[in-house]
Amino acid sequence: MTARRIALTVNGARHEAETPVRQHLADFLRGTLGLTGTHLGCEHGVCGACTVLLDGRAVRACLILAVQAEGRSVTTVEGLAPDNGPLHPLQAAFCANHGLQCGFCTPGMLTTLAEFLKDSPDPTEEEVRVAISGNLCRCTGYDSIVAATMEAARALREARA
Amino acid sequence: MKPAPFRYHAPRTEAEALSLLAELAPEEGRVIAGGQSLVPAMALRVARPSHLVDINNVAGFDRLAVEDGWLRVGPLVRHAALGEGAVPGPLGRLLEVVRGQIAHLPIRTRGTVCGSLANADPASEWCLLAATLGARFHVRSLRGERVIEADAFFGGFMTTALAPDEILVELRLPVLSDAAHTGFHEFSRRAGDFAQAAALAVLELREGVIAAPRLGLGAVEDRPRRLLEAEALLAGRAPSEALFREAATTARAGLVPVDEDPYRLDLAETVIRRALSAAAGMPAP
Ligand SMILES: Cc1cc2nc3c(=O)[nH]c(=O)nc-3n(C[C@H](O)[C@H](O)[C@H](O)COP(=O)(O)OP(=O)(O)OC[C@H]3O[C@@H](n4cnc5c(N)ncnc54)[C@H](O)[C@@H]3O)c2cc1C
Ligand code: FES
Ligand code: FES
Repeated sequence: MTARRIALTVNGARHEAETPVRQHLADFLRGTLGLTGTHLGCEHGVCGACTVLLDGRAVRACLILAVQAEGRSVTTVEGLAPDNGPLHPLQAAFCANHGLQCGFCTPGMLTTLAEFLKDSPDPTEEEVRVAISGNLCRCTGYDSIVAATMEAARALREARA
Repeated sequence: MKPAPFRYHAPRTEAEALSLLAELAPEEGRVIAGGQSLVPAMALRVARPSHLVDINNVAGFDRLAVEDGWLRVGPLVRHAALGEGAVPGPLGRLLEVVRGQIAHLPIRTRGTVCGSLANADPASEWCLLAATLGARFHVRSLRGERVIEADAFFGGFMTTALAPDEILVELRLPVLSDAAHTGFHEFSRRAGDFAQAAALAVLELREGVIAAPRLGLGAVEDRPRRLLEAEALLAGRAPSEALFREAATTARAGLVPVDEDPYRLDLAETVIRRALSAAAGMPAP
C-alpha cells in the first residue's frame, strides 16, 4: 500500500483523509488539513519548528509518518488557544516579552514549552534553556523567549492556585 | 515528500511482525520503531527501504521490567522512559544521566532504546552503556530466538550481528549492585548533538581500592567497547588523579579512532579521566 486512509483527532476535531504513506505528519497537517501553523525548517529533527503534541507528548512532526498518527490525538499551535478564545498564557507572555520576531520558530517553541510546563510548573531559567535546546531561533534571541516562559509559568501557577 | 516510495505495514502482534519481516527482508524491508534515525536517513535517501514494518502497534513491545537481576527493555521503550522510574539504585540514576544526553526531549519521547542499539551509531549513548555493562540482546525471527552478548553484538560502524529478518525483542541490562559507583562523561559541541567522545566508568570501592572496574568508550572508534587494559590497571589500586591519567594514557595507546584527528584522542583521554573521577567522587580534572 502506498496510500492509506487515516482517521485521527487534531486539536479536538476528528479528521479522516487519505495520505501517501511516505508523507510525514507535518506535511499532512499543513498540506492535507491546511493547518499551516506547524512549520518546517530542517526536516531532519534538528530545528524543532515542526514540534507538535502527540497524545500530549512533544514530538517532531517531520519524523513521524502521517499514517503513524492513525487513531491518535494531535495538538498543533492552532490548538493551544481553541476557537479564537483568549491566548494561551504562553502565547500571551511571548507577545508581552518580545518572545518572537519573525515567528518561524514560535509554533515549535510553544508546543515544546506547553508540554514542558505541564511536567515542570516551576522551572529555573536554566531548565527552560535545556527544554528549548532543540528549538532553533534565528532572530529573536533566546533571552526574551526564556523571560516569556518564566512569566507564563508564573501565570499558569497563579491560575491554578 | 522526501523519502523514496515504499510500502507500509502495521502489524499488531509479534508473530505477524516476524512473518512480515521474514517475507520482506529479502526485498529490502525494514523495521521502523521510533523513526528518529530511519526517517531522516530516508529523507536524505541514504536509506531506501522498499517496505517498512512498523512495530509501534505490536502488543507487549512496550514492556519494561526488572526480573532476576536484569532490567528487561522491550522494543517500544522510548528513551524518555529509561530513567530512575524504571529501576531504583545506581543503574536507575545512571540511566537518568545518560538519557539526558540523547538528542532533545521531543526526540526522546519517540526514539527507542532498542532502535538505538539496532542502529549502532558509534556515538550512541545506549550502545556505550550496553557495551560497558555487558548487556544481553535477545533477538527473534521466524527461525527462532537467540541471545547475543554485548561484545559480539556491535560489528563496526552502524553494523550489528542482527540478521535482516531479526527483531531485537529485548535488551537486558544487568542491575548494578548498591555498592556500584558510576561516572559518565560526554563531550559534544552543542546540547543534544551526538557525542564526539563519551566514557562510562562503573566501579566499587573496597577498603579504599578500586574493585570490579568497567570502563567503556564511545564515539571514538567505529563501535563502543570496554577498555580492558585500562580496567586491569585500575583494579586493586587506590583512586587518584595520577592513576586516572595513567589509565587514560594506556587506553589511548590502544585506540583505533574513526578519523586521523589527534583532537579526538585528546578528547578520549579527557572523557575517560572525567568519567573515572566522577565514579570515584573526585572533582572533574
Ligand atoms: C536531532 C537528532 C539528534 C539525535 N541525537 C542523538 C544522540 O545524541 N544520541 C543518540 O544515541 N541518538 C541520537 N539521535 C538518534 C535517536 O536516538 C534515535 O531514536 C535512535 O538512534 C534510533 O531509534 P529509533 O527507535 O528512532 O529507531 P528507527 O529510526 O526506527 O530505526 C533505526 C534503525 O534500527 C532498526 N530497528 C529499530 N528497532 C529495531 C528492532 N527492535 N529490531 C531490529 N531493528 C530495529 C531500523 O530498521 C533502522 O535500521 C538523534 C536523532 C535526531 C533526529
Ligand atoms: S522541521 Fe522537524 S525538526 Fe526541523
Ligand atoms: S522568531 Fe524568528 S526564528 Fe525565532
